[in-house]
Amino acid sequence: MKKGRLKEIALDGVIRQNPTFRLVLGTCPTLALTTAAASCLGMGAAVTFVLICSNVIISLLRNVIPDKVRIPCFIVIIASFVTLVRMFMQAYIPDLYATLGVFLPLIVVNCIILGRAEGFASHNPVGESALDGLFMGIGFTLALTAMGIFREVLAYGTIFGSDLWTGPVIGVDPQTGATAYGPKFTIGFFGSNAGAFLTYALFIAVFSAIYNAVERKAHKKAARKASLAAAAVAVEEVQNAQ
Amino acid sequence: MLNNLLVSVGFNPEPLDVFAIIIAGLLSNNIILVQFLGICPFLGVSKKPGSALGMGLAVTAVMVITCVVTYPIFTYILVPLGIEYLEIVVFILVIAALVQMLEMILKKFSPGLYSALGIYLPLVTTNCAILGIAEKVIAYTVVDGVITMTYTLTSAVLQGLFYGLGFTLAIVLLAGMRQKVDKLNIPKSLKGFPITMITACFMAMAFYVFTLLK
Repeated sequence: MKKGRLKEIALDGVIRQNPTFRLVLGTCPTLALTTAAASCLGMGAAVTFVLICSNVIISLLRNVIPDKVRIPCFIVIIASFVTLVRMFMQAYIPDLYATLGVFLPLIVVNCIILGRAEGFASHNPVGESALDGLFMGIGFTLALTAMGIFREVLAYGTIFGSDLWTGPVIGVDPQTGATAYGPKFTIGFFGSNAGAFLTYALFIAVFSAIYNAVERKAHKKAARKASLAAAAVAVEEVQNAQ
Repeated sequence: MLNNLLVSVGFNPEPLDVFAIIIAGLLSNNIILVQFLGICPFLGVSKKPGSALGMGLAVTAVMVITCVVTYPIFTYILVPLGIEYLEIVVFILVIAALVQMLEMILKKFSPGLYSALGIYLPLVTTNCAILGIAEKVIAYTVVDGVITMTYTLTSAVLQGLFYGLGFTLAIVLLAGMRQKVDKLNIPKSLKGFPITMITACFMAMAFYVFTLLK
């Protein structure tokens, strides 16, 4: 692998081609599962695992699979790994299995995975494909978890399931002596379906605004450097002429 | 009344409530705005009402045929053989083959319909709404190792039809709104996906009222 390729793949996966905020792929689990940050981490881990495995296998078989039937082949490879993940979760993490529900088998038709198989793994060597899968997965997980934390905090006042704040004290339980709390102040809208769309829209807008600002700055810097260099050349030419 | 009609033509929809399926499929359990399945075409193919309608009808057709085919495959092949865990692999292959076949049949027998729906059919294969519904209608309970299906075949097919029509309803409504919204003067970073999602946000709020119908 060429030097600097790792950095490029990592930057592409997490920022420049972030599957959730830049490419807007795999929107269904993003909207449906971001009500709780913990299930976002679980979904992200499952998708990352399937991405790495399918990228590796597809990259290994890239010279064997005939071009005409490549999409069905890719889908079968992906479906096998999804079945593996599903059986593993059902056996060892039943809580997460129940939370993810139908969105676990639906990883098969998640456009991120087929998109990376088609766009990267089918014409790149194994090592790079594995790294691409890893960083795309990390980009997806980070994006999902950020949205999950945002919605969970606003809608339920919790983070990864533990309370961030409590309601006002309304008295003391005479029998147990425990303090009784009133209802929490939360914005339930963000837990609803409409809140999911709004949160996603805001995250994409803010992400692309920041991204474009940084890009513009980098462009300006490069342009300034180029113009300085041109000026230096011009000065040199004038001096040489004299 | 619809139940009586179905019985008279030979279907036995008991204990199935057709009216409940219609309301759930179109409104209270709308596949896009309540269940969050099939969001990619919902955001991607909703620029014009005409193409949105084409996409919606293609999804509905494939969804009905998928339910007709996958339900018997699951109950009469996978369950007796004890290989239910292969459902994802089998279903996705069946859906891909069905879409391909539908495309070929339409091309041969109905070029007019093909030119209207044809371009949307390949997109339907990787649409999670189809696989999601195929997974939903084969819901089952296991008691003492015996698998009992939750829905009958008739119910499964009707659900496929009305969830598909619910998809069409949502995508056509969004396309109608986007005709106006896309012309507005809005901040640059909100253009494209974000403003479409904010529009969908208002639709989801409206559909939230229907979820109280249950």
